[in-house]
Amino acid sequence: MKRGTIPFWVFAALLPAAAYGLPILGMNEYYFYISYIVLQYVVLATAWNILGGYAGYVNFGTGAFFGAGAYAALVVMLLFEAPLVVQIAVAALVGALMGLGAGLLTLRLKGIFFSIATIAVAIIIETFVLNWRFVGGATGVQIIRGPVTYGFETHTRMLFFVMSVLAVASLVIARYIETSWLGRGLQALRDAEVAAECSGVPTLRLKLIACAVSGALMAAAGAPLPLYSSFVEPHSVFSLNYSVMALSMAVIGGMARWWGPALGAVLIASSQQFAAFASPEFHLLIVGLLLIFVVIAAPGGLVGVIQWVGNWRVSRKEINRSASVVK
Amino acid sequence: MSALLEVKNVTKRFFGFTALGDVNVTIQAGDRIGLIGPNGSGKTTLINCVSGVFKPEVGTIRFLGDDISSLAPHRRAKKGLARTFQIPRPFSSMSVEDNLMVPLEYVVHDLIDLTNETAVYDEARELLRRVRLDDRKGAFANDLSQVELRKLELARAIAARPQLLICDEAMAGLATKEVNEILDILLDLNASGITIVMVEHIMQAVMRFSKRIICLSAGRVISDGAPAEVMAHPDVRRAYLGS
Repeated sequence: MKRGTIPFWVFAALLPAAAYGLPILGMNEYYFYISYIVLQYVVLATAWNILGGYAGYVNFGTGAFFGAGAYAALVVMLLFEAPLVVQIAVAALVGALMGLGAGLLTLRLKGIFFSIATIAVAIIIETFVLNWRFVGGATGVQIIRGPVTYGFETHTRMLFFVMSVLAVASLVIARYIETSWLGRGLQALRDAEVAAECSGVPTLRLKLIACAVSGALMAAAGAPLPLYSSFVEPHSVFSLNYSVMALSMAVIGGMARWWGPALGAVLIASSQQFAAFASPEFHLLIVGLLLIFVVIAAPGGLVGVIQWVGNWRVSRKEINRSASVVK
Repeated sequence: MSALLEVKNVTKRFFGFTALGDVNVTIQAGDRIGLIGPNGSGKTTLINCVSGVFKPEVGTIRFLGDDISSLAPHRRAKKGLARTFQIPRPFSSMSVEDNLMVPLEYVVHDLIDLTNETAVYDEARELLRRVRLDDRKGAFANDLSQVELRKLELARAIAARPQLLICDEAMAGLATKEVNEILDILLDLNASGITIVMVEHIMQAVMRFSKRIICLSAGRVISDGAPAEVMAHPDVRRAYLGS
């Protein structure tokens, strides 16, 4: 068994349990409201990192997948009054198929050309929804929430619990990919794609898997949005901000490990909630400055800094030990 | 006996430029072949066509009797075709040992027990020993010298247990002592049963290594035969020295 496996699974079990049990503490509803957003960004940043971090393909289409998830959930809700679990499953399926489709169209492009193509995908999907009357077109659609699910006091608390499950699921998937043959293959193709292909790595297949998984998670993160905000409209749902934030969180947290983007998401999304009291632009400014600082001073992000401190402590201990042996 | 590799009427064009024109090459198992030619003669293009990086417009490539012309490079690697690169392309975020894990996991996964991590790493160390890089197993590619990078490329290529190894200028930029070291490694690998095609500009190394030399010029095979015979060929002399 790999080191850290038990603590990881304990954490994975505890997070949703804590999310379910927190209301006992009698916390203000607002905290659940903002924690939902923090966890939503944990999913988005983790999902972004599967393609952007592990495979090195920088995706600016996060908003497209997130929005497609929200609208897929909305459609099954309007058509079939499907429960949230079904909405999430359908959204994830739509996201995976979109990921596959977008991947087939764009993954032969490299570097900045791929990134530009993902923006194009986002614009195409947004334009499609803008002209789709069934889901309200450009004006969007208002949702009337049904009765709250049994076992929860409010919708916000229920959605906070659901998002905690999605966050754990995204971390489990990211960790599996990172520690498996898939992760090594993605890492190899990020470092040297042609060499990886000639070393037996089916690079196109791995990139498509990464696109599909990443797209499915992003779309799943968007699925509870109609219930959460009671209103869905394309401009905010397909916003480029989601892409910029997911990318920033992964870069600042560190793209090399599965927990890096989650760490970045928790820090930035939490600070966003506090800085929002000043102004959202002020928070964007802070994120921008932080991003520039990390890219220049700590390219490995917080993960890199933590690992560097860990290595430094180990080497100091070894130096001290050898010094005492000499004495 | 059927050929290990058969390149038949292969033509590769880049827009209007013909990089390879109607190339025919046959390689038998166990061969030690030097592929030479002036810069721009099409050596690397030929390697790229054989390894699947480029798709030729015309012609077929057969490996062990099978037509591999339309196969992706990773499928050719699984069939036993490995290559190194003119400019080393290591997986720089991995250690030397982990670089070898990629072909071990993706190519020979059904020949080794991947669940037995110790055995897999033992295999990696044995491969590193064969290329005399076992003392650098934990190092990262960024910390390797040029000759170590060349050895890593060789180790990664042989990790896929190839029948044919194509080395694209594996000695470029190396000192004489290092050239001899790489040459010794290649001779050892050939002695272990791997057929090797060596693309090289260092003629001393080519002459010492090759049982047979193929010379390309302007995308065409101008001579193919025993080393002394090829070197004495007037077209080869003209290609290298001018008329």
